[in-house]
Amino acid sequence: MSDTFDRRNHGRAASLDEYGGRRPHAPLRAPLPLTGRPAQKLPGPSDWTFELLDQYHTVIRSTAQRFGLDTYPNQLEIISAEQMMDAYASVGMPVNYRHWSYGKEFISTEKNYKRGAMGLAYEIVINSNPCISYLMEENTMAMQALVIAHAAYGHNSFFKGNYLFRMWTDASSIIDYLVYAKNYVAACEERHGLDAVELLLDSCHALMNYGVDRYRRPGKLSLTQELERAKDREAYAQQQVNEIWRTLPPKSGRDASEREAPRFPAEPQENLLYFVEKNAPLLEPWQREIVRIVRKVAQYFYPQRQTQVMNEGWATFWHHHLLNTMYDDGHLEDGIMIEWLKSHTNVVFQPPVGHPAYSGMNPYALGFAMYSDIKRVCEAPTDEDRDWFPDIAGRDWLETLDHAMRNFKDESFIGQFLSPRVMRNFRLFAIDDDDTEPTLEVSAIHDEAGYRALREAMSRQYDLGSREPNIQVWGVNLRGDRSLMLRHTQHNDRPLRDNAYEVLKHVARLWGFPVHLESVGSSGRVSQRWTVDPGTV
Amino acid sequence: MQQIIDRRLAGRNKSIGNRERFLRRHKEQIREAVKRAVEGRGIRDIAQGEDIHIPRRDISEPVFGHGEGGRREMVHPGNKDFVRGDRIERPKGGGGGGGSGDASDSGEGEDDFVFHLSKEEFMQVFFDDLALPNLIRTTLAETPEFKTHRAGFSSDGTPNNLHVVRSMRGAIGRRIALGSESRRELHRLEDLLETLRAQPDSPARAREIELIEADIEALRVRIGRIPFLDPIDLRYRSRVRTPVPTAKAVMFCVMDVSGSMDEARKDLAKRFFILLYLFLTRHYEKIDIVFIRHHTQAQEVSEHDFFHATETGGTVVSSALVLMEEIIRARYPRGEWNIYGAQASDGDNWHDDSPRCRELLEHDILPLCRYFAYIQVVEQEQNLWHEYAALAEDESRVFAMRKATDVSQIYPVFRDLFRKEGVAK
Repeated sequence: MSDTFDRRNHGRAASLDEYGGRRPHAPLRAPLPLTGRPAQKLPGPSDWTFELLDQYHTVIRSTAQRFGLDTYPNQLEIISAEQMMDAYASVGMPVNYRHWSYGKEFISTEKNYKRGAMGLAYEIVINSNPCISYLMEENTMAMQALVIAHAAYGHNSFFKGNYLFRMWTDASSIIDYLVYAKNYVAACEERHGLDAVELLLDSCHALMNYGVDRYRRPGKLSLTQELERAKDREAYAQQQVNEIWRTLPPKSGRDASEREAPRFPAEPQENLLYFVEKNAPLLEPWQREIVRIVRKVAQYFYPQRQTQVMNEGWATFWHHHLLNTMYDDGHLEDGIMIEWLKSHTNVVFQPPVGHPAYSGMNPYALGFAMYSDIKRVCEAPTDEDRDWFPDIAGRDWLETLDHAMRNFKDESFIGQFLSPRVMRNFRLFAIDDDDTEPTLEVSAIHDEAGYRALREAMSRQYDLGSREPNIQVWGVNLRGDRSLMLRHTQHNDRPLRDNAYEVLKHVARLWGFPVHLESVGSSGRVSQRWTVDPGTV
Repeated sequence: MQQIIDRRLAGRNKSIGNRERFLRRHKEQIREAVKRAVEGRGIRDIAQGEDIHIPRRDISEPVFGHGEGGRREMVHPGNKDFVRGDRIERPKGGGGGGGSGDASDSGEGEDDFVFHLSKEEFMQVFFDDLALPNLIRTTLAETPEFKTHRAGFSSDGTPNNLHVVRSMRGAIGRRIALGSESRRELHRLEDLLETLRAQPDSPARAREIELIEADIEALRVRIGRIPFLDPIDLRYRSRVRTPVPTAKAVMFCVMDVSGSMDEARKDLAKRFFILLYLFLTRHYEKIDIVFIRHHTQAQEVSEHDFFHATETGGTVVSSALVLMEEIIRARYPRGEWNIYGAQASDGDNWHDDSPRCRELLEHDILPLCRYFAYIQVVEQEQNLWHEYAALAEDESRVFAMRKATDVSQIYPVFRDLFRKEGVAK
């Protein structure tokens, strides 16, 4: 199982007929016509039943098909609140290996839930094939309809369509892989003791965000290709030979030693876990396999972290659009409408700065507003829109939305589609926080002069590359103490958080020899330095 | 294609393994908390859960992140009156105001991480400290035993409890009851037929006979349809679970509260009492606890005073034994109560008093008691120890004594007690 999973991540670039030989559906240019209005509305009691769920699902599915939403097959599962918390605790997956941090997660979720401090999310949807959506038994009928539209058609079509998910995740094998991971970790615990496995997992989790490939590795070359290249290189070198230089005696000293000790790794590596898995000198095979498991899971979640706004916005847009269409078609009762709309309104509420509930941008609100706005630009463009979006103003909205969903991540999606109108509606403003200045500066607001700067700042805000410190493997001292050198390249002179030393201890535990971390500022000088020797930890 | 799966019944407690690992990791904090709880709780309340507080930093999982400083630009919604170029005071602290919306989750000064330890988990940790063998743990943690016994009959049960005679009797009754009407009718018709047959032949008579014979046939069929045995006839022996009838017990906690008994020693003594209490809860539904503390004089006190008040002065152990005996005679007649004694002391006693203690125990108290355990919380042996040691030599006595300077040494005192339990079974 792990083999197929692996090939997905390291094979050649995705070709169109990969993924089961399926080409993506061509997007619809316009919604298909309604086949006929129903004789009567769907019943709208507050309690759901299996028959009702089935009826609603049938209608939602046919409505989604009218808009050409391309999804994995759906598998709806009814679960209890406790099971929802279980799923929460194991990062939303139906199975996962055991680790204390999930226990911690469960305890705090349970506590908050029991206190009433937090409602459980009413859905969890798993990027798998078939796509599993959890419906909580406590939900009312209206909420179940909302969740089905949101998860089983919104998220599901996003998982299937977005290029990051297509490139990095293999929906059909993830569940099997997690089952394998769970069993493997359990077997290791049995053989090597709970403590050894726990320490290893702790260390891996500390580096989880640095266990992802941001780009595909080049595929392995076949022997003939390799030989051909070698021949080419030789021929090229032959061309460059200058007979005059050949007579110079070889220089002794620095050059010679440099030649002796080639740099390793030849180029800095950004996937720390991959580097550890392949190169850590002291790891046992089972430890390498666990590092690999954590890395695979991190890679699986990487697209989700990069597409929060897009993913939630897409699902929110579609539950809104599907349920409204169903109402227009005469399927839904007013009571059901009022109930889900209330919940929808809560979801897309964006508290302004200074509001007690404010904690940054709400990805549901921003994403929903942006997709809705793209639709508006397509259908009823203003002069401003024509100016800003000449290529989509007045086009078919379904096609444009499909394109926007498939080919972007948050960063580029915002950079491309955040319109002046949305910025005005949210009353966005940018604050420049420079620690060399005594005060903060408002660098841009939602006005003519600020739109572009705002959009750029917003886009950067969702760039994982700048949200997380850029730390790479710089080198290994092969001839000396085998120490590992990591280098943090500061982004805008932002230093590392104080706990860097704690994380470095984990790196040292994995590497087995001393580990150094240098933080390099914009001036190119090392501004901070940490060293951990595993012997002393 | 379209499927809705009901998962509600499957896979409860899926994350119990994660919880175990979490508890294991924070064993130290939990043990501390349990220790505090044992100090703070009454003996009777021991078998409950407990909230555990763990400092946030101990459960954090560090990851690389940006710290304060450098330059960054943040976009926020909800501009009220800012225009470009406005300068704002840097807000103090992370959360409040418009400053850094991207508040980090590792902020300091947060509350402790609190979670609830269930009763089972609490007892597990408590027993861990006491170094109780597993067998004993399970017996102590168990709920009181039940005995099933017969309680009449019921209309449902398992086939092995089927009561055949009752069932058949019920079936006969039902058959009689259901068939009586038809049978009476049958007899009437048969009599009628008899008389008709006796009359002279005529076409009318023949027709009448034919009719009556058809009726008789129908009645016979109807009677025949009454089932021989019907599910409603079945009777089962009913067995009910009742708690094993238990008598009342009283537990005397006798402790020296002279100045030499410091907090740590009292804590040791308290665990000793708790263990005895737990043992008793397994056997008795109603348990009284009498706290007697003593220095030169003995006094019956509340639990709180027992463990928390300190007094100084000399030590006359016999005063407590005398008081204990008085209380037994006054309130706990031996026929009704099972009497258990537990004495904790640092072994320090007024010199001439120790032989008297032994005498009191030997002649007055031990004959009344089911069991008497003595624990000395210091290593040094004094005259009280020697006197008691002579008592303990006789194995037939219900007396055990032990030195315990650490909680894990308490259990051996009870070993006899538990062993007897095993033999009795």
